[in-house]
This record gives sequence, structure tokens and C-alpha cells, in this order.
Amino acid sequence: MSDLNTLTLAQARDALRKGETTSVALTEACLAAIEGAGALNAFVHKTPEIALERAKAADARLQSGDAPKMCGLPIGIKDLFCTKGVPSQAASRILEGFKPEYESTVSQQLADAGAVMLGKLNMDEFAMGSSNETSCYGNAVNPWRRGNDDAALTPGGSSGGSAAAVAADLCLAATGTDTGGSIRQPAAFVGITGIKPTYGRCSRWGIVAFASSLDQAGPMTKDVRDAAIMLEAMCGHDPKDSTSADLAVPDFEAMLTGDIRGKVIGIPREYRMDGMPEEIEALWQQGTEMLRAAGAEIRDISLPHTKYALPTYYVIAPAEASSNLARYDGVRYGHRAKLAQGDGITEMYEKTRAEGFGHEVQRRVMVGTYVLSAGFYDAYYNRARKVRTLIKKDFEDVFAAGVDAILTPATPSAAFGLGEMADADPVQMYLNDVFTVTVNLAGLPGVSVPAGLDKQGLPLGLQLIGRPWEEGDLLNTAYALEQAAGFLAKPGKWW
Amino acid sequence: MSIDQSTAAKVAKLARIKVDEEALPALAAEFNTILGFIEQLNEVDVEGVEPMVSVTPMRLKRRADGVTDGNQQAKVLSNAPDAREGFFAVPKVVE
Repeated sequence: MSDLNTLTLAQARDALRKGETTSVALTEACLAAIEGAGALNAFVHKTPEIALERAKAADARLQSGDAPKMCGLPIGIKDLFCTKGVPSQAASRILEGFKPEYESTVSQQLADAGAVMLGKLNMDEFAMGSSNETSCYGNAVNPWRRGNDDAALTPGGSSGGSAAAVAADLCLAATGTDTGGSIRQPAAFVGITGIKPTYGRCSRWGIVAFASSLDQAGPMTKDVRDAAIMLEAMCGHDPKDSTSADLAVPDFEAMLTGDIRGKVIGIPREYRMDGMPEEIEALWQQGTEMLRAAGAEIRDISLPHTKYALPTYYVIAPAEASSNLARYDGVRYGHRAKLAQGDGITEMYEKTRAEGFGHEVQRRVMVGTYVLSAGFYDAYYNRARKVRTLIKKDFEDVFAAGVDAILTPATPSAAFGLGEMADADPVQMYLNDVFTVTVNLAGLPGVSVPAGLDKQGLPLGLQLIGRPWEEGDLLNTAYALEQAAGFLAKPGKWW
Repeated sequence: MSIDQSTAAKVAKLARIKVDEEALPALAAEFNTILGFIEQLNEVDVEGVEPMVSVTPMRLKRRADGVTDGNQQAKVLSNAPDAREGFFAVPKVVE
């Protein structure tokens, strides 16, 4: 078989089980693709020895007929996941040299399911960003380009390396994490599928924390079937994460029937933004018609507090980040600044954090510090938590009225050029998350499905939002949308 | 609410991030942009609304209050920038 790295998880799994290929061959094909894709800057720590060792073990298990569900499938892991003995830096200088003594629950579960880790993937520093431009490793680059224009585009963020690697066939699939859209926006920017499950589905243990009440891990894959396969391996109760849900994990793949007859799909009027490109509006219309044609009932709905989601997020996320990132003090791990004669412990903290954190991370930590400080806690933080209650209630009301899923655009634009937002104020960049951030605030599952190309030939995605804990049903609706949209485009190889 | 340079300096101090004097005006301006954006929340009627504590209502699990882990001093210290004699080492804290 040729081009093994271009297979989906399902295709590779089936080929392995039929004995048509081996995990070692799949892994070597991916490692060769990674070696040839330096220009994408997607893999920032490569682990070929670990990969080949796990591939050989997987082949032995396949031979013996004792193969778990993802046995032998090569994947990439976002740098935010702690991986034992392998650098895990959250793309930050402050974690330079950090090699965890433990493995995150999610990456351990993937390893237990037989998956083969190829290495660690680029991302925005501490997952704070929407373009992968805040990474200490430099930008990850989108494999897609605007027609014949060779300007480098962003793969989105924060899971930009994961998105670029999957779209460019450097790995069969990758892990991402999503705090305000960091799986779904990059997936849309590179034409792949990404799902953020319900808050509590995936254990957060061993994933470097950004905003703990919003962070969730999820898969980034070449299609919806692969998302179902990989999500099942990542989910499950973990006693080490007190917010992890003790619920049975269904066989998500078995739920992909493509039959959505009678399902009620809500179209929220508040997601029709001023100045939204016509192409996005048209794609949303097309997606609506596809679901209608598949037998779903389309219903106009209202989520009245939508416009307050971004400002709410930009209080809650920085507040939690300022608390979570207090641990980077130059004492226990990572970078410590060189001190001058007479410097005490306060200077050590201040210099270490000034050197170790990039600009965006410093800004968010300080905004978070401010909104939590005495005198402002009620005005900002408590008010934002109340508005969050109202945002969640908007969704509860439409679900109670019988809506099964909600269709929206995934992003307000196609991928933009790296550096194009350099002169914009921070709020402009934050607007990238306008359609995705509500889902994190309400703790719901959301999936981004590639649905078309814009005039410049760049992929555009649609988002489906589901009821809590009903990822299986949500993925089935996404599967119906995927089949109707028939998105098969791939980026032309220039790297 | 407008943030001046002295407030920006105070926030940087609270966050334990060293910010040079000449960087303070730009920092204060950025804070004001972000806080200006956040001000929209004042339009929302939140009278009688409970602030969200947990996005998925669930009781925290309980377990027996027993020792489940420990004796990993070498592993705990293995990533420290400065570890000596089984301890984390920092600049002198008390005279």
C-alpha cells in the first residue's frame, strides 16, 4: 500500500486487522512525512524511538489477536499534554527543559488503546491564542494556501500544530484541547474534523491547565468516523480529576448511522453577525438545507445572551489562568532567571515570569489578576459568573423545547495570514472565538466539520452543538452533514 | 473604569511579573482596551442570578482519607532548577 500516512484511522485499523500493512510501516510513513514537513513547524518534539518501539509492540499484539481498538495507529500529541520523559512545554519558555515524571490520563488511555505517539505538536503558549503565533517554537503553518499565493497562513489556534499535522497527513490523527474554540477553530481553518466533548468527559489530569472550568481535550481527525473512534479512547472517568464524569462511555462509532430523520436542528439568529463574510452565511444556509434534506426539522431559535459570551470569557478565562499559572515561579520546574547580586525571592519570581512568559500570556495573567483583585472581584468576576449562568440557561431552554442540536458557522472567516493580525488590538484576535466560546461557557459538546471552500480555495467549517453527554448523537448528526457536504479537498503539497 | 500607569504597575506587582517602567503606558492602554470590551457585561440584568460554580452540576466524589501516594522525592525534585540535599533551593528568604 502506498502513502500509508494519508489513511484515516478507520482505514488503517482495518488494513492492520486484515494484515495488509503493519504498524511499523504506518509509523515509518508518518515519520518520513514529518521529516519532510519542517516548513510546517507542526511537530516540535519528535519521538521516533518511542514510536517505533510502540509500533513493534502493537504489531505483536495484532499478531496475537489481542489488539485494543486503536492498536498500532500513529498519532500526534499536543504539547499541552504531559508525556512521561518527553518534553512537555505548553509551547512556553517557562517550561523549557521540563520532562514530566508522569503521563496525562488522556495520553495514557490512548497508549493503552494501542495508539503510537509520534511526537509533540506545536500550539499557542499555554493554549492562549487563535493563530499559533504565541508559541515559543515559532508559528505553525497552515498546509493550505490562497490559490497560487505563497503567503503563509495560520492553521488557527491554539491547537495549530495538531491541525496542520493532520491536514498535511503527518499523522493519522492528533489530540487537541479546547478552552474557547482551540480544537474547532483550527480544525475549520485546515479542513478537518474536531470535537470538544462535554465538560467532564475527558480527564484533565496531566494536561497543563489554562482555565480549568473551560478546558477539555478532544480529537482532531480526518473525518467524523475517526473522531468517534478516538474520542471513545480519550473519554472516561478518572479519579484523579474531581470534575471528571463517572458515566459510561458508549461505542460512538456504532452510533454513526447517518439517520437524522426527525431530529430538530436549531438555527440561532444571534449567530448572524454584522460584517460576516457572505460566503460564511451561504455555507451556513447550505448546511441547513443539507440537514433538512436528510430529514431533520429545522427550527429558528434564539440564544439571547450570545453577544455577552466573549466578554464573559475574557473575564473568566484570564481569572482562572492567573490562578493556574501562579505555579510557574522558578522553584519546582522549568526556567529560573539569572539573578543579580542582592536579588531576593520576589525578584526571582518577577524576573523568571517576565522572561518565561510571552506577551499574550503576561497580558492575560495580569488581566486575570486585576479582575480578581480586591474591589473589582464583584464588579468583574462575579458578574461574569452570573452572565455565564444566563448563557448556559439559553441553551438549556432550547434543548428543553426539543432541539437536538444547533448548527452555526465554526469561525467568522477562513484562515488569515500569519502576521496579518500583528497590528490589531487584542480584542480583534479574540473575535475569532465568537461562535465557539459559548459552548465552553455552557460546558456543551461541539464539533467542527469541514463543509466547503471559499473563493480563494480555503476550507470553511460548520459547527454543531449538542446536548450535554450526547456526543454520540452529535457525531451522528455531524456524520450526516459530512456525507451531504462531501468535502474531500486536500491542500496541494508545497512543503 | 480606566487604568492608569500606577494601577498597571500595581497589577504587574501582584502578578509577580517584572514590567519595565517604559512599558507601563502601553500595558495600561492594552488593559483599557480589554476592560472596555468587558464593560458590556454591565448591560446585562443579573438581578437574582446565581454565579456559576460548576458548569456540570455534580457532587464531588468522596474517598477514604488515606495515604495513596508518596515516597517520590527524587521524582518530585527531578525538574527543579536548583535542588540540594533533597530540597528545592531558593534565594535567602529570612535573615
